[in-house]
Amino acid sequence: MSGEKDLEQLKKEAVAKAKAAAAAKRKAMELAGGSAPAEDTAAPTASAEPEASTPASDDGDDLAKKKAAAVAKAKAAAAAKKKAMELAGGAPPAETAEGDNAPAGDDAKAKAAAAAKAKAVAVAKAKAAAAAKAKAAGTSADSDSDAAPIGGDDEKAKAIAAAKAKAKAVAAAKAKAAAAAGGKADATAAPAAEAKPSVNQAFLDKYVKVISEHLGSDVLEDSYINKLSKDVPTLVAKRDTYYKIAQFLKYNELLGFDYLSELHGSDFETHMEVYVHLFSYKNRQSVALKVKIDRSEPTIESLQPLWAGAEWPECEAYDLLGIKFPGHPDLRRILLGEDWVGHPLRKDYEPYDVEV
Amino acid sequence: MIEELLQSSPGWANFGIFFLLGAVLLLIVLGFVTYGILAERKVLGYMQLRHGPNQVGGKWGLLQTVADVLKLLLKEDIIPKAADRPLFIIAPVIAFAPSFMVLATMPFTDKFQFADIGVGLLYYIAVSGLTTFGMLLGGWASNNKYALLGGMRASAQMISYEIPLVMSVLGVILLTGSLNLNDMVEAQKHGWFIILQPIGFVVFFIASIAELNRTPFDLPESENELVAGYHVEYSGFRWAFFMLAEYVYLFAMSALITVVFLGGWLAPISFLDFIPGAVWFALKFSVVVFVYIWLRATLPRFRADKLMEFGWKVLLPIALANIFLTALIKSLFF
Amino acid sequence: MIRTEEMILNVGPQHPSTHGVFRLVVKIDGEIITEAKPVIGYLHRGTEKLAEDLQYTQIIPYTDRMDYLSSMTNNYILCHAVETMMGIEIPERADFLRVIAMELNRIASHLVAWGTYILDLGATSPFIYAFRDREMIINMLNELSGARLTFNYMRVGGVKWDAPEGWIEKVGSFVPYLRGQLIGYHQLVSGNEIFLDRVKGVGKYTKEEAIQYSLSGPNLRSTGVKWDLRKDEPYSIYNRFNFDVPTSEDGDCLARYHLRLQEIEESLKILEQAVEQFPGEGPIMAKVPKIIKAPKGEAFVRIESPRGEIGCYIYSDGKKEPYRLKFRRPSFYNLQILPKLLKGENIANMIAILGAVDIVLGEVDG
Repeated sequence: MSGEKDLEQLKKEAVAKAKAAAAAKRKAMELAGGSAPAEDTAAPTASAEPEASTPASDDGDDLAKKKAAAVAKAKAAAAAKKKAMELAGGAPPAETAEGDNAPAGDDAKAKAAAAAKAKAVAVAKAKAAAAAKAKAAGTSADSDSDAAPIGGDDEKAKAIAAAKAKAKAVAAAKAKAAAAAGGKADATAAPAAEAKPSVNQAFLDKYVKVISEHLGSDVLEDSYINKLSKDVPTLVAKRDTYYKIAQFLKYNELLGFDYLSELHGSDFETHMEVYVHLFSYKNRQSVALKVKIDRSEPTIESLQPLWAGAEWPECEAYDLLGIKFPGHPDLRRILLGEDWVGHPLRKDYEPYDVEV
Repeated sequence: MIEELLQSSPGWANFGIFFLLGAVLLLIVLGFVTYGILAERKVLGYMQLRHGPNQVGGKWGLLQTVADVLKLLLKEDIIPKAADRPLFIIAPVIAFAPSFMVLATMPFTDKFQFADIGVGLLYYIAVSGLTTFGMLLGGWASNNKYALLGGMRASAQMISYEIPLVMSVLGVILLTGSLNLNDMVEAQKHGWFIILQPIGFVVFFIASIAELNRTPFDLPESENELVAGYHVEYSGFRWAFFMLAEYVYLFAMSALITVVFLGGWLAPISFLDFIPGAVWFALKFSVVVFVYIWLRATLPRFRADKLMEFGWKVLLPIALANIFLTALIKSLFF
Repeated sequence: MIRTEEMILNVGPQHPSTHGVFRLVVKIDGEIITEAKPVIGYLHRGTEKLAEDLQYTQIIPYTDRMDYLSSMTNNYILCHAVETMMGIEIPERADFLRVIAMELNRIASHLVAWGTYILDLGATSPFIYAFRDREMIINMLNELSGARLTFNYMRVGGVKWDAPEGWIEKVGSFVPYLRGQLIGYHQLVSGNEIFLDRVKGVGKYTKEEAIQYSLSGPNLRSTGVKWDLRKDEPYSIYNRFNFDVPTSEDGDCLARYHLRLQEIEESLKILEQAVEQFPGEGPIMAKVPKIIKAPKGEAFVRIESPRGEIGCYIYSDGKKEPYRLKFRRPSFYNLQILPKLLKGENIANMIAILGAVDIVLGEVDG
């Protein structure tokens, strides 16, 4: 299994982080052996914390029980312990977000494990279904040590994530959790995170592939994963292909972004930008679409014909930034009124009434 | 006494006495309105977990309405520039006058009554219809769109509910054989019409709420849709006149229900006859008023089209069926 | 010949049922609306412009004033956006306090929505009952944050104040109390024929339309889309709690009415669990720098407010003020479908439909 490889890599990361390296390694070793008593792993430092349990196999169950004990000793509340025990006992995770789609058996367990790790690493990243359980084991106050991932399970979770990515966007959350388990969510660990591609990378690749297949390879100016924004795949369209891409994003059945969550403009002094956050209720996936437009003559096609919900946000962008949207049925100054002078959110805006 | 006066030759003395009696009745009615409003506010307050007025005039707020009326009297009189001035001024009067006129036939007790005319019930219903005219005029003259809509609703509602109101009471007329209100009370010596005419009573009661423009039929002045409906442009004492009309009608309608369905001044059981009729009348009357207030605290408002539907498709057929049934019963058993 | 004429009626900005300074210009034929045009902006305060000159912590009070019926979620969205950018991990106790505060606030907001909706339909008493129960929540939040409406409670990295002694128990005992009250609410209103007449089948739209018009929250779920960000994109510690996402297939005002009451029940479930699991001690603030500087870059995060999906976009150039701040305000988006819904309805339905959308003007106008 290439799990070893992963483990290796992760270990390296841990070293690079130079943070509780010894503890992490010891944990990794212990995981490999699967026999070291959990009590021993309790790190002497205050920051160290017992890692998540991994009930992937019977051994794992056993281990998890011990882990749970360790957790209890370390800090966790009574409730947490109960949950961990429950988890160890193989009780199915409580029905949460993707309950309907959750695969049974090992998959679910692996996911739970991955989620647990994710929680331990960073709350912000955790998105998995079974996290509720896992967190009980994984999180206690002040946890800032990194939990070493377990090679086999991690691998499994990733495999699942990959498989899912192709089929269903629902998997995104789980996949993210798995990735988070591997990588470091902490912003300070940016290098480590970069070393590992985001779980949403698969989606981004898919979008880019589908778009370039149908519309040509040069329609996109840029595409990247926005790590600051919960790893949302971001597409930067060219000025003249923006509407075409938006149309494609909506009507292509692989993409199917039927919901416009947000649209706004920004003034970046060198250029204007329109930011659109789209969401697909079919695939349960987000994408951010951006376009840079000329600042002196900010004009961009309206998305209102595609998403009726873009009507007012575009009016707002017109009102506050002066971006014109040809194709908009009723572009008006929605907030300030037609007699307002200037567009306040432009960086060169001068208040008309000096006394205010 | 009244009979003698009516028979006596007209003269100043005659006029003076009638005028004086009218003034006394007006004062009684105003007294009722004052405390009727207070009662409504208190009852509503307690039903809504509040206290209601409790500052002016002791802890029961006994002078609250007096203070309110004084305030209204002192308020600046505003007539909108675009309003139809003469109509705007006369509309509250047209709305109020009939409400007081209908009281003339009301037999509060067997002795306390002004005009014992043969068609008392018909007179009441005919005259009370005039008020709607005042509302419509007020709504029109204000030159306000909400007011116009309110006036329109008022007239539509009046037309729709006047008919079931009359039809439902026809059963009572059949059983009494008279339109005279005194005769109706006399006919209830052996059983109130609320028991003999339950369907008629229910229809009459519902239609009467609509006639009074009270919740859930307060569409003409529904504050949540039409802000205040037909009297949105009125202020000060002109507005007070509309409100006065509304509460005098509450008084009149409660009195009418008491007379027609609840046996008027008669005691419910004959051995309680020693208690004066006026007390019985007041008690029954108060119960009716309370029920009106209670409904206001509980129910949401009807929608205009549903209101029409309800009036024409539900109340009217039921009232007609009630007439048929009553006629059948009367011809078979009496 | 009768000559008829369309009439233009200005509903608002000062109108009892527009829930604020909202104006609707409706063309009516008799009482039937042929065209409706919402006019907004009367409460626009330029939060986004002001924020460009303020540090992140200083922006928090401004968010209170957007959706003033659920300030806690607004506080949270800003803090959440900054925390996401900075990768700050929130102490458990702070997370619990946040969730409890947000859920209490959600209940309070839905109670107002419920009470005012029935008030719009002409019944006065339920409004008072709802406000009585809301008052208890407001008092609790007052004890927590020191304010009754504009809480300004959350900070980047945690919360400002710890729960006073006995507060958690108070929340715990409030849950069964409100459950009892909800039964009374249903008995008083939900079965009332007049009420059903007013709302059943009124303001109906389909799932596709709801998505097309970017509706969110109960307005979206009333058409059968099972989507709640608390559940489907869990933030904070919502994935620890067991609760349902109520949906309905009807898409009418009655469905929205019922959804809000059901959401109160779900929030009570969350509160119950949160009180049970509440950590006995621990810090309420993460270790954050004295002056908060979001890293260079942009972020857009969204969470579930009582009115729907509230989002926050931050573009930071690494300074202590945001370069560009934008809130995705659910009421603003939810209102867009109104002209479509109102066409052909009468004035009474207009009020029923507008009330069921449940807008807060502070949020619509930003």
